[in-house]
Amino acid sequence: MTQVSMTVNGKSVSAEAEGRTLLVQYLREGLGMTGTHIGCDTSQCGACVVLVDGKAVKSCTMLAMDADGAEVTTIEGMANADGSLGTIQQAFQDHHGLQCGFCTPGMVMSAAALLAENPKPTEAEVRHYLEGNLCRCTGYHNIVKAVLAASGQNVDDLGAVAAE
Amino acid sequence: MYAFDFVKPSSLDEAVAALADEGAQPLSGGQTLLASMKQRLNAPEKLVSLRAIPELQGVRREGDTLVVGAATTHARVTTEAAADYPGLAALAGQIGDPAVRNLGTIGGSLANNDPSACYPAAVLGSGATVATNRRKIAADDFFAGMFTTVLEEGEIITAVHFPIPQRAAYAKFQQPASRFALTAAYVAQFADGVRVAITGASEGGVFRWSEAEAALSADFRPEAVAGLKAPAEGMIGDLHGTPEYRAHLVGVMTRRAVAAAR
Repeated sequence: MTQVSMTVNGKSVSAEAEGRTLLVQYLREGLGMTGTHIGCDTSQCGACVVLVDGKAVKSCTMLAMDADGAEVTTIEGMANADGSLGTIQQAFQDHHGLQCGFCTPGMVMSAAALLAENPKPTEAEVRHYLEGNLCRCTGYHNIVKAVLAASGQNVDDLGAVAAE
Repeated sequence: MYAFDFVKPSSLDEAVAALADEGAQPLSGGQTLLASMKQRLNAPEKLVSLRAIPELQGVRREGDTLVVGAATTHARVTTEAAADYPGLAALAGQIGDPAVRNLGTIGGSLANNDPSACYPAAVLGSGATVATNRRKIAADDFFAGMFTTVLEEGEIITAVHFPIPQRAAYAKFQQPASRFALTAAYVAQFADGVRVAITGASEGGVFRWSEAEAALSADFRPEAVAGLKAPAEGMIGDLHGTPEYRAHLVGVMTRRAVAAAR
């Protein structure tokens, strides 16, 4: 075992890891931060998406040791300082962007990565960017709506289209 | 995954030295290697991460050539190659999904040579040169069949040198579950002729479609290859498509690539 250190949600953290410890295992088991989910474990579903140095990655397909020294942001880092829901989280709640909630941490982190590089995406751009995040409940309409709302765009018309 | 040792050198020389150990393998983006290790299809005793080696990073133009460092991610190529070689940038932007593109690298894709991967088509279709720590290898000599290249033990890809064509495009028929190419064509027009590389279709991995190259070199329009049919013999047959279906797609995707070339 080796001590692996990184910055997670702005805090310096350290935990033991083996060579084969995945970043998601390091977060969940090493640090006890279970907000990041393991869905498929094959880098297809996107439930484990976190930001590493500002870039969305699937934490089930990155070694913890390869993230040594990195700046990592997880779903636990998305709330406001006072504990209230952050903008993207609030938009998911307002627009019913989740049902069972299993995919939600990855969806929110992918949405954060998208909005960081493209602050006013079109509906098509949101759908395309989220292609590596699978949701089995919502049919995606309300997730897309939530991301567009989080970007500050009016989504009233979108609701009408989705409901047809 | 079985246990292994992990090292992360900060220079190419250190990486080459680390790879001299028995059972050592390079780890680039890991988007295929880690998945295969989870399935125990691959069990290296030591992984040598190539992520922290500056000389393997970045995209730069040298005259009429675009040089892409081997450990450059697909996401970086998508943005950094867009002005100089838009066909290549567009291909990189179609690999996997955004999170995969933030880790996966060109060198990793080429060394793995998945028969359905995108990058081999760009490298062969551009007539690129693969540089390693030991030599320079022409794309026509680099790929040696499904999941096989001419790379030797301890040899690391350092960069890929792409001659920039007049026009190029990649047309990919995506296998929707894996996002790999069910069949895809990369077409590039140079002053001295046209190159056509096909991925996803053949049991032998990426290949050049020479009949289409001859036809397009004479007349660079989709109609010029409309009458050509690739043979189904030697094409991949699986639950996603028969050899005949893939052979048909070879023609369709080549025509689409020609129409899209810019």
